[in-house]
Amino acid sequence: MISCEKAAKICHKKQYKEASFLEKIELQFHLLLCKACPSFSKKNGKLTALCKKAHLNFLTEKEKIEMKQKLQEVSK
Amino acid sequence: MGNQQKLMQTHSLNPNLWVDSYADYLFNYAVARVSDSEIAKDLVQETFFAGLKSAKNYKGNAAERTWLIAILKRKVIDHYRKINSNKGKSEVRMSYGSNIDTEGDWLEEQVADPYSKLENSDLENEELGMAIYDCISKLPKKQALVFTMKTMQGISTEDICNDLGINPSNLWVIIHRARTALMGCLNSNWF
Repeated sequence: MISCEKAAKICHKKQYKEASFLEKIELQFHLLLCKACPSFSKKNGKLTALCKKAHLNFLTEKEKIEMKQKLQEVSK
Repeated sequence: MGNQQKLMQTHSLNPNLWVDSYADYLFNYAVARVSDSEIAKDLVQETFFAGLKSAKNYKGNAAERTWLIAILKRKVIDHYRKINSNKGKSEVRMSYGSNIDTEGDWLEEQVADPYSKLENSDLENEELGMAIYDCISKLPKKQALVFTMKTMQGISTEDICNDLGINPSNLWVIIHRARTALMGCLNSNWF
């Protein structure tokens, strides 16, 4: 059986749909036998759902740099 | 108070810090109100300009972020005023029914449905967004950056690794720390 550490990593990958088929099976198997990981896995999924639901908007690093430049021009 | 005064001084000397600390927060606030990211970006920029201009008037009574939000609020109002006057519609028009079909119908039919969950959920989503934003801003800078790039901007693992010069297993460790911290931070209110 895989370690909890590895299970956590696969669990994170799964949130971004980057876990392979084999990894998903390993994770499911681990979740069946482990006592602590199912609640972590559930919470992790919830976090993904919350982030999606919130429709957060972030400026890209490039946009922030542009903003800084404009600010500097004005403050001169 | 003394601490805030000091903070304010460093900020007014380094407006650079404003962008790093508050741009995302203000941007989110603006997007929720004008629902156009380009306009929202401009409003945030204008807010920073205005803040810079009136930095002398900042007394340190309010937290810096609150102060900036207050300026942004005025900018949003100004924005709506401007687009209204462009259309020549700045005067208030009272019309109970927008089209002919509804003329003569009872006004009650146009009252918002109290059982509709739509409006409330919008508000709740904004609150949730601000809570998530607050928690992200408490993370170490690198964790926050990687998490937002991956989760909010949906950038691929490969691109992030190339951008930041880290390897994938590095990235997953950072993601693990960020997500664990966020779960703890949001735990009390949202799980």
